[in-house]
Amino acid sequence: MDAIAKPAVDSPAVDASAVDLRRELEEAGIGEVLGQLDRDLIGLAPVKTRIREIASLLLIERVRARMGLSAVPPTLHMSFTGNPGTGKTTVALRIASILHRLGFVRRGHVVSVTRDELVGQYIGHTAPKTKEVLKKAMGGVLFIDEAYYLYRPDNERDYGQEAIEILLQVMETQRDDLVVILAGYGERMDQFYASNPGFRSRIAHHIDFPDYSDAELLAIAELMLDGQNYAFSDDARAAFARYIALRKRQPLFANARSIRNALDRIRLRQANRLVADMQRPVTADDLSAIEAADVLASRVFARADAEGEGTRGA
Amino acid sequence: MRITQGCFSFLPDLTDEQITKQVQYCLDQGFAVNLEFTDDPHPRNTFWEMWGLPMFDLRDAAGVMMELAECRRVYGDRYIRLTGFDSSHGWESVKISFIVNRPKHEPGFRLERQEANSRNIRYTTRAYACDRPEGERYAAG
Repeated sequence: MDAIAKPAVDSPAVDASAVDLRRELEEAGIGEVLGQLDRDLIGLAPVKTRIREIASLLLIERVRARMGLSAVPPTLHMSFTGNPGTGKTTVALRIASILHRLGFVRRGHVVSVTRDELVGQYIGHTAPKTKEVLKKAMGGVLFIDEAYYLYRPDNERDYGQEAIEILLQVMETQRDDLVVILAGYGERMDQFYASNPGFRSRIAHHIDFPDYSDAELLAIAELMLDGQNYAFSDDARAAFARYIALRKRQPLFANARSIRNALDRIRLRQANRLVADMQRPVTADDLSAIEAADVLASRVFARADAEGEGTRGA
Repeated sequence: MRITQGCFSFLPDLTDEQITKQVQYCLDQGFAVNLEFTDDPHPRNTFWEMWGLPMFDLRDAAGVMMELAECRRVYGDRYIRLTGFDSSHGWESVKISFIVNRPKHEPGFRLERQEANSRNIRYTTRAYACDRPEGERYAAG
């Protein structure tokens, strides 16, 4: 209430029927969140575009409501599809904060669950479990990871169906209280929606997360290292670019998640190298520098070499 | 006779909007909110039935209001109260408790006088509703 009354007092010259959108944007602090999104998340252009669109819609919706042009509050339930490690969870956290700043969710917290937290073990166990989770998520965002596991077509007595029914009901009746985000791998989510048409129609925003390019993965690696106060040397950077290209060709590649695991192993090797060479005192630069040797010791290179020589299967 | 007990007993019954605000206050303080119901309105009856478990880890009042709506649907003809339990060290007790639902018709209490020895009188109160067995006490009203 106070926030609405304030601009009028500050600038009496402003026509009450006109609204300065830039000012609205600044007041909501959206620009800051979106800017941070651009800086912290590499790539993901279609995702960022869609988030911008949603943020704009919500901003306009808020201004419209103030002018008495209010329509039904927009449906904000979303579906994130994409391969492993493409940033679905990270983006869900950001969405929650955007929705919170615009006042479309009251608390802005994210409750992240999988099938285990929603579906019970025996008859009568599922409903209280699902409701418990829903109650915790009220006023915020409920993020259901790997949502396709909720529905098991091979077992018709599976309790997942019960959880789905409760979810659908709350998604419909308590749209003001809760935003549900379903996430999962593309194909399996398509199957899931095909067998649960109720979900598809209740979700307004289907966002597809693309895989990262090599250059984006390298940028992500540098960002992660920077956050942990490490840095690549020039040689190491070149080696890591080669590493990414090789790793991508191997099975079970999980985009940014694989990169994070690779960096964890590289840090181990860097620590080992420093401990092995205890003759001279170490400086802060030594402690934060990652050398090419740390990267090149990876098994990925060994395997690629072996394949190159045609000795695979040994 | 309108029965009052707990916080806000001097006020008219709270609206749902007012209850929501009180619940949000409890959650902001970190209390676990709990719903209880009974059809024995005697003031010394401290044993109310619990509606599910106390709700821990909630952030927003909407979750509690969802449970309250469900409890009213099933036990709308009984007294329902909402309590906020503070688990912090040194308190570990209910810090707030108020009635959020009451039967439509509350018949009140009978005052009974027992003539004891030496012309002493012992007084006791008994709810008219309690003449009937549990579960049927307010259904007609």
